[in-house]
Amino acid sequence: MNTIADHRLKRPGSLEKNPRLSQWLRVHAEGTVSVFSGKVEIGQGILTALAQIAAEELGIRSERIRMVSANTADSPDEGVTSGSLSIQDSGSALRSACAHARALLLGRAGQRLGVSVEDLRVEDGTIHAGSRCTSFWECAEDGLFDCDVDASIDPKSPHEYRAVGRRAPRLDLPDKIAGRPRFLQDMVLPEMLFGRTVRPPHSFAKLSALDEGKARAMPGVTIVRDGSFVGVLAEREEAAIAAQRTLRQAAVWEKLSSLPQDIHAWLKDHAVEHRVISEKVDAGTKTRAAHSLEASYTKPYLSHASIGPSCAIAQFEGDKLVVWSHSQGIFNLRRDLAMALGMREDAIVVRHAEGSGCYGHNGADDVALDACLLARSAGGRPVQVQWMRDDEFAWAPCGPAMSFTLRAVLDAAGNILDWQHELWSNGHSSRPGRSDSPSLTAAWHLAKPFGRPAAINMPLPAGAADRNAIPLYDFPNQRVVNHYVRDMPVRTSALRSLGAYANVFAIESFMDELAAAAGVDPIAFRLRHLKDPRGRAVLERAAQRAGWAAWKPAEGRGHGIGFAKYKNLGAYCAVVAEVEVDQEVRVRRLVVAVDVGLVVNPDGVVNQIEGGAIQSTSWTTKEQVRLDSHGIASLGWEDYPILKFSEVPSIEVELIDRPELPAVGAGEAAQGPTGAAITNAVTHALGVRVRDLPLRPERVIAAIERQ
Amino acid sequence: MTESLRLTINGAVAEVEADPDAPLLYALRNDLRLKGTRFGCGSGQCGACFVLVDGHPAPSCDTPLWSAAGKAITTVEGLGAGGELHPLQEAFLEEQAAQCGYCTSGVLISAAALLRKNPRPTEKEVRAALDRNLCRCGSHNRMVRAVLRAATAIAT
Repeated sequence: MNTIADHRLKRPGSLEKNPRLSQWLRVHAEGTVSVFSGKVEIGQGILTALAQIAAEELGIRSERIRMVSANTADSPDEGVTSGSLSIQDSGSALRSACAHARALLLGRAGQRLGVSVEDLRVEDGTIHAGSRCTSFWECAEDGLFDCDVDASIDPKSPHEYRAVGRRAPRLDLPDKIAGRPRFLQDMVLPEMLFGRTVRPPHSFAKLSALDEGKARAMPGVTIVRDGSFVGVLAEREEAAIAAQRTLRQAAVWEKLSSLPQDIHAWLKDHAVEHRVISEKVDAGTKTRAAHSLEASYTKPYLSHASIGPSCAIAQFEGDKLVVWSHSQGIFNLRRDLAMALGMREDAIVVRHAEGSGCYGHNGADDVALDACLLARSAGGRPVQVQWMRDDEFAWAPCGPAMSFTLRAVLDAAGNILDWQHELWSNGHSSRPGRSDSPSLTAAWHLAKPFGRPAAINMPLPAGAADRNAIPLYDFPNQRVVNHYVRDMPVRTSALRSLGAYANVFAIESFMDELAAAAGVDPIAFRLRHLKDPRGRAVLERAAQRAGWAAWKPAEGRGHGIGFAKYKNLGAYCAVVAEVEVDQEVRVRRLVVAVDVGLVVNPDGVVNQIEGGAIQSTSWTTKEQVRLDSHGIASLGWEDYPILKFSEVPSIEVELIDRPELPAVGAGEAAQGPTGAAITNAVTHALGVRVRDLPLRPERVIAAIERQ
Repeated sequence: MTESLRLTINGAVAEVEADPDAPLLYALRNDLRLKGTRFGCGSGQCGACFVLVDGHPAPSCDTPLWSAAGKAITTVEGLGAGGELHPLQEAFLEEQAAQCGYCTSGVLISAAALLRKNPRPTEKEVRAALDRNLCRCGSHNRMVRAVLRAATAIAT
């Protein structure tokens, strides 16, 4: 196992790319500390956890910490807030930076007071030597932090922690619960105009015709056009919306070719790269082969479906541009905005502001370019654009549809000898900042259009489509193949956990099918094939808490297990689901055991796990982007229902705290195991397996009829 | 096209110059700067823009100004009295009952309407009362616990 000590050898986390200490924190004379993280608050509570870490290492009360929202002018470039990496990247960087800052402050205090550092006593930033005292706030003169972080300075040992590991209330919730303005959607700038974009609900080749007459007659409305990009500006928000609707009715769009009827079969026929990502051969086991199984699984396109549609504000000040965005990657967004607008990157500042819950690459970046294009016609006035609900459903990237075929060979004793896993998928990332062409919708529609970049996959070990495709179990023979499909009938990109959700669903469904073939209890069957002690621990803890062994069978009821180590690098998570099935699937109870190493904010981890489990329950039982022959047909909540309050199961979370091990993220750990556990529970209840998500009534009935 | 409309918002009379067919939501957010009521879907299906209209939760995105005139409108900012938070808001803080917080105002409005009608609801009744509010982050169970906690706090 990696221990924290192993990580001291090089600069940890984001310090590798951002080594200057002054980039990370500033100490102010009034007794506060500004902390500059490049990671952003997207509803996951990360800034609260990072404030805890900074306060801990500096040895001050957390009330003194001011977390500065990331912006491209002042903040370290920490890439994208994604992949459950913020605690690892930013948390470990801040830990080292604050340890070094504290050492520098104490060194300066020792000089001033004429005593050695060992003779100083520090309490909440006040430094005592005998009867004399000074403070962090007095010692932090200009230039003290103008150096690279010295990572050889030991941060605190976890045994000394007083703030880290305790429940810390979220810094942002008092505003949000009181209804105070907090979101980018709530920001008001002087002279601000309201903008909306005019797009059809489907992809298109170009705008063929637009009768502007009616909209032009609307008072206070300006129409902005650049090729097939159309938008409106208005003094009042409702006027912008009315003009948008009027123009939509008046627009004629040249449609693109039609979509495939069966997307999952289509994916299997259109792969352009076939990569073997794991292969193990032990020919000696072949003679023991007794029984083989094969199964195919599918996962549909999923929508982010944030409650608040994406929003941005843009303002030109001469030839400079300021953009407020809830993007997960403000530096990457700036790069693509510069490309699309033909500007220099250093003429643009992107400032992060909080938006509605973010679960991946949604419309945040796209709407930022929309706002910039409209701001070009606003005479220096700021322009706020919020997408409408149907814009978000139609134009934000979707989580990709995926197809799987798994095969396995068992010996006579029910041990897995050979495991084969093949997956077919589009890429799971088309985020900005990674291509020669802007990954921003409006850029593809300009009079001088840019090409639309294909979604790609990041490399293993984290992976993307193949995230968690390599099983954590120990099989003597194994082959895992990632079939990459480049053509995108529907625009795809990163959605919470990427390929892990469906890979874990497929692996854990198939493990249950094999356990059934071997006549072994599903949890015992997993433990038989799993050496990893932390993996075994979460499985055992979940089983124990759920009362797995004491299950009482009843008509229409079932329980099931799902397990994964997120990315095979991060948090361990096991889920036991209990369901009732009649006409539809009702998930009654989820028991989740999770190991994230060192726990920074226990309630923060529990909140993320609960939220992940509930969202995964919604994906698994209800969600599917509906397509017609030209594009996305689910444009509102009636076509894309999500889990309601009365449908949410009870959730119990067991945290296994391991203070001696590095902290890893919690935000995506529950997605795969929850979906798998529910599917396995439904099979247990019905005696029939559903292999196609979501587990909607028609799917359950179809599976029963197939048997 | 615009008219002067008199609205009663959080107990005070407010004048708004707007198209009477325009949704109440934009008058609240942009004319009166009450930003706690939020746009979610524009068709009354998600609850993010709920306000109390004569005590009943209603989507302000789908309520024309003309129909709001003369009625008592309460927004999330008006739930508490005398600058204090409403017991529901206190309970939401205690339970840390939010993730992104975008749906929170609308949920508080539905919960406040429930507690006025039914001061000691069961868990099932709370869930049923909140079914018109969508939450995407998965904070449902925390919010349900917070509503039950607030009911107890109000009763004692």
